Amino acid sequence: MGETYTEEDLAKNLEQQEYKYGFTSDFESDKAPVGLNEDIIRFISAKKEEPEWLLEKRLQAFHAWEKMQEPDWAHVNYDKPDFQAISYYSAPKQTKKYESWDDVDPEMKETMKKLGISLEEQQRLTGTAVDFVVDSVSVATSFKKKLNELGIIFCSFSEAVQEHPELVKKYMGTVVPHTDNFYAALNSAVFTDGSFCYIPKGVRCPMELSTYFRINEGGTGQFERTLVVADKGSYVSYLEGCTAPMRDENQLHAAVVELISLDDAEIKYSTVQNWYPGNKEGVGGVFNFVTKRGLCERNAKISWTQVETGSAVTWKYPSCVLKGDNSVGEFYSVAVTNNFQQADTGSKMIHLGKNTSSTIISKGISAGQSQNAYRGLVQIHAGAENARNRSECDSLLLSDRSGAHTFPYIECKNNSARIEHEATTSKIGEDQIFYCQQRGIDPEKAIGLIVNGYCKEVLNHMPMEFAVEAQKLLEISLENSVG
Amino acid sequence: MLSIKNLHASVEEGQEILKGLNLEVKAGEVHAIMGPNGSGKSTLASVLAGKDGYEVTEGSVDFDGTDLLDLKAEDRAKEGMFLAFQYPVEIPGVSNINFLRTAINEIREYRKEDKISAKDFLAKVKDASNLVELDNKLASRAVNVGFSGGEKKRNEIFQMAMLEPKLAILDETDSGLDIDALRIVSEGVNKLKSEKNAIILITHYQRLLDYIKPDFVHVLSEGQIIKTGTKELALELEDKGYDWINEETAQ
Repeated sequence: MGETYTEEDLAKNLEQQEYKYGFTSDFESDKAPVGLNEDIIRFISAKKEEPEWLLEKRLQAFHAWEKMQEPDWAHVNYDKPDFQAISYYSAPKQTKKYESWDDVDPEMKETMKKLGISLEEQQRLTGTAVDFVVDSVSVATSFKKKLNELGIIFCSFSEAVQEHPELVKKYMGTVVPHTDNFYAALNSAVFTDGSFCYIPKGVRCPMELSTYFRINEGGTGQFERTLVVADKGSYVSYLEGCTAPMRDENQLHAAVVELISLDDAEIKYSTVQNWYPGNKEGVGGVFNFVTKRGLCERNAKISWTQVETGSAVTWKYPSCVLKGDNSVGEFYSVAVTNNFQQADTGSKMIHLGKNTSSTIISKGISAGQSQNAYRGLVQIHAGAENARNRSECDSLLLSDRSGAHTFPYIECKNNSARIEHEATTSKIGEDQIFYCQQRGIDPEKAIGLIVNGYCKEVLNHMPMEFAVEAQKLLEISLENSVG
Repeated sequence: MLSIKNLHASVEEGQEILKGLNLEVKAGEVHAIMGPNGSGKSTLASVLAGKDGYEVTEGSVDFDGTDLLDLKAEDRAKEGMFLAFQYPVEIPGVSNINFLRTAINEIREYRKEDKISAKDFLAKVKDASNLVELDNKLASRAVNVGFSGGEKKRNEIFQMAMLEPKLAILDETDSGLDIDALRIVSEGVNKLKSEKNAIILITHYQRLLDYIKPDFVHVLSEGQIIKTGTKELALELEDKGYDWINEETAQ
């Protein structure tokens, strides 16, 4: 052994050791101990050099959370996470997820190839790109410059706390108060980062704002916080997420997203969610418990569009509070579940103002042994004269063992309201697949085609490029799901 | 082109529908298959196209030198077999154009050809829709969704024109068509007919054969072809029904 030990081996050993030590020491100083208590929250707040008022908010949320019970009304089944077994703070990951491109899981490479993601982008996403970083920084810089000229603020949540505390203080928690629900309270207590966006009065944001473009993003946090404020008469289209498969060791994700659309403003918020769904046997996968809500002032509009294909368990109801007269809320959703995934998702439309209108279009697709539930609430308050809602909830079953469920709730306290609810459940037709086959299209492609057709109404509401990626994602999510 | 020998096929429940069927079809020929309800006409079309739910228990089908029964349904189509459905299927949200472009490119890939260019494709769409007088708007609408019965049948022939099959099986394409639509569909089929391809017409009625002249007329009864003749046989059937042939064969 000693004889064959060369200088090269020594160098290699040293390299590895150095890496190992470097890694551990970073780790030690930037990670909070496991568990959740006041000290941990103070630790997080201090680490982030937050102002006193934010620490107070966090502590309030924590004390509220302590008294709350984890909800169990959703149509999902899972082992509840042990909240004291989680570490609530680790510094933004600067380390590469993979050492080199060769180390990246071939399956993941294959999926990204199928999604049509360029090699450069693939390497950027897996953190293996070195050469391209310069490139994306320059893109992001010119992008930021343009936004600056218009007075648009688009930055990480932590940055906003430091740079624009007055805006954060004014709007944070106004749509999703820390007492809202168990996960929102938890998020409010321990959130580490997220995104902040402010569009000034009368400004129409000339490009799609995407978290994807933001540098220093690293991996998105476990407890992400997003706040988008569109001031009077402004417009913004905001994209969240990414179609590339996201592997994450954090099992529990509890994000909070708040949108505020002031008078005559419009926010279009599109999401593609593709977190790790667990393996084919239903082991592992992310729990995605998200609170997303928007507030519309007079003549304002908020439109949620989502394509959900990932996570083992999803619990998510992007909602609109239509407070101002003539405000409009929209929700367009495609939720796909395969293997053992479970999704309980839908929307809430709260009509407070006069002449408010809302639309809900939900398309659920269940394959494998998955369970897919739509849950929606349309609430017309007494003062909401001439409110209108149209809901359409379609379920498509791809297998005999999967389940589709619809739980619509309607509460109406004003007789002038017009509410329409339509729901359909269908099974993908063998005759449809055979028809495609007879024209030369194999069953897998046929299912992709049929499913995309089924989702078209929703995908049409997505920004073009996003929609194309989402389409491919749907096909990939449903691979090998015939039968 | 197509050689069917002693074909026996059952439905999955076990009942035998085709009981030793023989048929030879050469390029450039038009064959009509007629027969009473339940004689196995549509089963024959389904078995040839490779639809699930049927089991071939005996016999062979050779399609241009390939063992057809060994191929998956989509590969049969790629080898040049086309079935005009008796009941065309609706696919919501998928435009006819998108559907056909996917199909054409799948077929071309199988044949190791490049994808069709947008220009060639659109030119083809135009020609094919003119052929069956299909409104251009229908070509961009979702596959068969909201089409009238006649439009669906015309759409089948439109697709046939787009895919240019070697062998086209038209399963009761004439059913539910009024005289004008029947004429349009038939003229379309006649224009697509060539020395290189072959057509099998499955029909109940003689009137289709006034428009598309068959070289052979076969009578299918209880899963076998019991009589083969020319156009005159069809006229005779129209006149006298099927019973006399059954009696004749019984003797």
